[in-house]
Amino acid sequence: MRYPKNGRFGEFGGKYIPETLVPAIEELEENYLKFKDDKKFKTELDYYLKVYAGRPTPLYYAKNLSEKIGGAKIYLKREDLLHGGAHKINNTLGQALLAKKMNKKRIIAETGAGQHGVATAMACAALGLKAEVYMGYKDTIRQKLNVYRMNMLGCKVHPVKSGSKTLKDAINEAIRDWITNVESTYYLLGSAVGPHPYPVMVRDFQSVIGDEIKSQMKKINNKTPDCVIACVGGGSNAIGTFYPLIDTNTEMIGVEAAGKGLKSKLHSATLSAGSKGVLHGMMTYLLQDKEGQITETHSISAGLDYPGVGPEHSYYKDTKRIKYHSATDVEVIDAFLLLTRTEGIIPALESSHAIAEAVKVARKLKTSESIVVTLSGRGDKDVEEVQNYLNKHDKN
Amino acid sequence: MTRIKEKFAELDGKNQKALIAYIMAGFPNEKATLSTVRGLVKGGADIIELGFPFSDPLADGPVIQNASTISLNNGTTISKFFSLVKKIRKETDIPLILMTYTNILYHKGYSKFITDAKNAGIDGFILPDMSIEESKEYLKAAKNKSDTLFLISPNTSKTRIQKISKVSTGFLYLVAVYGTTGVKTGIKNYTLQAIKNVKKQTKGNIPIGVGFGVSTPDDVKKYIKVGADAVIVGSAYLKLIEKTPQNKLELKIALFTRSLKKQTILK
Repeated sequence: MRYPKNGRFGEFGGKYIPETLVPAIEELEENYLKFKDDKKFKTELDYYLKVYAGRPTPLYYAKNLSEKIGGAKIYLKREDLLHGGAHKINNTLGQALLAKKMNKKRIIAETGAGQHGVATAMACAALGLKAEVYMGYKDTIRQKLNVYRMNMLGCKVHPVKSGSKTLKDAINEAIRDWITNVESTYYLLGSAVGPHPYPVMVRDFQSVIGDEIKSQMKKINNKTPDCVIACVGGGSNAIGTFYPLIDTNTEMIGVEAAGKGLKSKLHSATLSAGSKGVLHGMMTYLLQDKEGQITETHSISAGLDYPGVGPEHSYYKDTKRIKYHSATDVEVIDAFLLLTRTEGIIPALESSHAIAEAVKVARKLKTSESIVVTLSGRGDKDVEEVQNYLNKHDKN
Repeated sequence: MTRIKEKFAELDGKNQKALIAYIMAGFPNEKATLSTVRGLVKGGADIIELGFPFSDPLADGPVIQNASTISLNNGTTISKFFSLVKKIRKETDIPLILMTYTNILYHKGYSKFITDAKNAGIDGFILPDMSIEESKEYLKAAKNKSDTLFLISPNTSKTRIQKISKVSTGFLYLVAVYGTTGVKTGIKNYTLQAIKNVKKQTKGNIPIGVGFGVSTPDDVKKYIKVGADAVIVGSAYLKLIEKTPQNKLELKIALFTRSLKKQTILK
């Protein structure tokens, strides 16, 4: 589905938005369509991606990890090495550049773990734009390092104290700000969610991940990987990884946050345990109760702690092109430590979900087969959270 | 003819405009909602919008957000809401509009929800996150059962106003300001311009109601003066409900309503 004209991936997506936002969304779509294949725009974006963000990112063969598990060869797509420490910068540079072309001076964004907030603050500083970021109050505590980084970058952080005080509520508040300041403000959404054209636009800006995987694996193996794995909250690094490979035979697995277990209700595994509904401008799978009220979610990783998911993922779940599994908090901590200690790479807790799945999958495959795991971010922001967990569970 | 249409025809005959009151069902509890409704009817409100709480009310400001949370925490459910509507219907024939978010209807199924609502006594729906592009199934389910009221914003284009007024029945809800519900920005020139503009586009085929930030008799007077057919007051009611003891609620609501209603009676 290259560009869904009506904004739908099958039955999912659409634009369920307050009327005030309609002109803004139309203006955005018009400009996105105008610039996305514009040569000058692409050259400028490529320049920033290369010399500012650090693309292309390496595809690293995790030899120690692969041998320890004793199955398929595991490759890591090192998005954690990007400027800012996560894949988020791919999208923020693209959208900030677009906002600049649209003559928007004020940028707002939501953030969960703070990675998108930091990436927004960086892109805006580099391009001379003013940024304000909404962040759930609970997340400002557990990811306070990123709050400090945003402050240093000259970006105002608004802690959101409504609802569950996490990513979902940060999006609500960003949308309310946008409704209020619609004429001056560009909403820089960080995941492949929201009303059309956001899901497709974010996917396109993140597709650089999958494009590079494709050409890098071709050089290594002269074929596409047998399996690719990425974590899914809203699902931006996953859709960027999967989409360029969607027409190949590569097996694809998205990994959601199972929190304290799928039966515990304390999880964020929308595709594994949710039902269809409408939230944040889109029709997609949601975690909701029998009345249609959105339920509170849990994950050890703030970036996956969200009751919705990108509509294109919902579509691929139903068409069965992509499998969606999940990893619990405990499995994630184990994966975090495993990668840290075997390879000397500290992954973000979000990305550790993908590592946990890779360990399970690699065991079942032959050594001649290859798995690519998108390491969407680095884990510096999480070390305090993990240390606390280890102290509490006496696992040092 | 629906209750809403009948009401506008009746007011037209009396040379009056409509006062519409928005309240949140179950805020702070069901008993208070019943007292409030009695006060509204007594004070002369013409139409009542009953809010049904949603966990993520993204078009609402702090006052309605808070009321939604309290209502949900008090255990408001769809079936309790419908039985409340039935109780109200035993006492009054005032038009009742249900205001909530798309997911509440979508989740139960548009058709089932709208049928149940109609059977309880609901006359129409306002869904702030339902755009006309996504409304096909909703409109089909509501046809001949219920009025579908869509919103228009000051930045809505002329051609879009035409499109929206084609699928809107009852009245057109003009959002007065850029912002969420309950914002206090004073009366803006662009709002007055928007009222005139929407009236021109719709040529009197459908009444225009103005809401968001309308809270005083003076606001009501000014919007009516430039041509609004109805005004919607919401957050101001919720604030009054919040600070009024339950035994005085009916009276206080009636008095406030009377002060607003007075401004809609043309000489």
